Amino acid sequence: MSNEGGSAWVFGENIDTDQLAPGGTLKSGIEVIASHCLGALSPDFAQRVRPGDFVVGGRNFGIGSSREQAAQALCHLGVEAVIAPSFSGIFYRNALNFGLLALVCPYAGSISQGDQLSVNPEKGSVQNLTRDETYSCDTVPSHLMEIVSAGGLVPYLEANRR
Amino acid sequence: MGQTLAEKLIARAAGKDVVRPGENVTVRVDLAMMHDSSGPRRIAPILERLGAQVWDKDKIVLVSDHWVPAVDPQSAQILDITRRWARENNIKAFYDMVGICHVVLPQGGHLKPGMFVVGGDSHSTTGGAFGCYMFGIGSTDMAGVLVTGETWLRVPESIRLEWNGRLRPGVCAKDINLALCARLGLGGAEYRTVEYTGTLVDAMDMEERMTLSNMAAELGAQAGLIAADETTCDWIKATGSDPGDASPWQSDDDANYHATHSFTADELEPQVAAPHSPANAAPVNEHSGVNIDQAYIGACTGAKLSDLRMAADVLADRQVAAGTRLLVAPASRQDMMAANAEGTLTKLMEAGAIMMPTGCGACAGFGGGVLAEDEVCISSTSRNFQGRMGAQSAKVYLGSPYSVAAAAVAGEIRDPREFLQGA
Repeated sequence: MSNEGGSAWVFGENIDTDQLAPGGTLKSGIEVIASHCLGALSPDFAQRVRPGDFVVGGRNFGIGSSREQAAQALCHLGVEAVIAPSFSGIFYRNALNFGLLALVCPYAGSISQGDQLSVNPEKGSVQNLTRDETYSCDTVPSHLMEIVSAGGLVPYLEANRR
Repeated sequence: MGQTLAEKLIARAAGKDVVRPGENVTVRVDLAMMHDSSGPRRIAPILERLGAQVWDKDKIVLVSDHWVPAVDPQSAQILDITRRWARENNIKAFYDMVGICHVVLPQGGHLKPGMFVVGGDSHSTTGGAFGCYMFGIGSTDMAGVLVTGETWLRVPESIRLEWNGRLRPGVCAKDINLALCARLGLGGAEYRTVEYTGTLVDAMDMEERMTLSNMAAELGAQAGLIAADETTCDWIKATGSDPGDASPWQSDDDANYHATHSFTADELEPQVAAPHSPANAAPVNEHSGVNIDQAYIGACTGAKLSDLRMAADVLADRQVAAGTRLLVAPASRQDMMAANAEGTLTKLMEAGAIMMPTGCGACAGFGGGVLAEDEVCISSTSRNFQGRMGAQSAKVYLGSPYSVAAAAVAGEIRDPREFLQGA
């Protein structure tokens, strides 16, 4: 699985679930939650991010609540993958369950806002097309890649229970 | 080579003799806990789409605690969906508005040493205080558990957090948590499991142990385990449940840990974490003098009976300062009734505390007691992320129930030991 390339949206360390899916929006559906995603840090992120773009974070991405809307919001906005040196464990699981790639990449800090990226999760590489650099990232284990490829846990279970 | 407690608990659930860190395993789940926010409103549509029924209705505990009591038609709807789903699925262990899931679950006698439990909430680490493996998952993961009775995990390495000695008066488990967040960093455990050991932990009561395990979440641990002992078993028996044999559920002497951090409790001072991270913790005196608009005693972390007692110790025969408000939302109805019976609630109310319904309340900004722009709060809860408890510009400091009560009395952050006899 590889892609055509998309722009990087770069954020810092410890991006928490209250920033990804603010508590005040959680009574609402995913459209409303997604429109506020990361708004406290980048007010126009939700409006300007394009399908196929990437979110790049510092260590500990997705720390906090188990609310899976944090991952679902990024997915709803069409984000191709989140790339960070480390993830909160619950967020990591939630992301894969929505078919959103979470790539552990120690070199995420080399990526700048707007860089064009493309990823290969099976080979474990992130390509920075703007800088003509390639960074290694952890591969996603095959049993989890099956879930991602199916589009998430629900479609995966749907296909495998019938 | 021996096994850690985490490895033993996971091995049993995986039907194996031994598991090792890094291994991916499928585990049978003994109990699944979820609440109104993570539960039926999100998992029911998934079960419907899959045309599936729950795998075992008697292994599900459902707690309405996040959106209680309803404040608008949307939150009322969430609670209504939860009640209807409980009824339609014949869930016997349904706790509606009687407390916070992490406190109600053990108080209902549902946790026993050796179990493998998942919870639809990040503070599910709290259950690890009972010598069972309990960790938090999202709703889609939970739907998978409800359909199959199974889930997966990558066996984590363990980190031992050893606390010896005795805490000085006015210092408690919450201060330990904040000190650990400062020392290891927010998420510093990197999804390993932490195990709390040492003579201090051995001597702690169950509520203080629950507080410890609770904030394993802020350390970024998958689980926060404490091996069961007589204290654990006696507590479980008092709920009317049989704890079973706890003796197998101990780490081996030659178990392998990723790291061991040893601490002496006697040296620890009350800790306060500055906005907007629990890892911004420092001795309380570094923040003294910060003016406080709201003092909040609440949440699974900081409003159990023992927490209410700590607050009452400071507040007895004193008054909340003019210009500061103190809100108290007990962690469960059981804790509230016990605090009432022994006079603790009276002490809080006589001091001017505003009593709130039991539930998650203002902690995650869902319930009553949220903050206005630029307000400053000190809270006995676990997280002070920006915007979590109300307005984006609000500032939340975290402290123990002692420190929150002291700030309520002084109108500013102060060392709680100034207000405690013998401290």
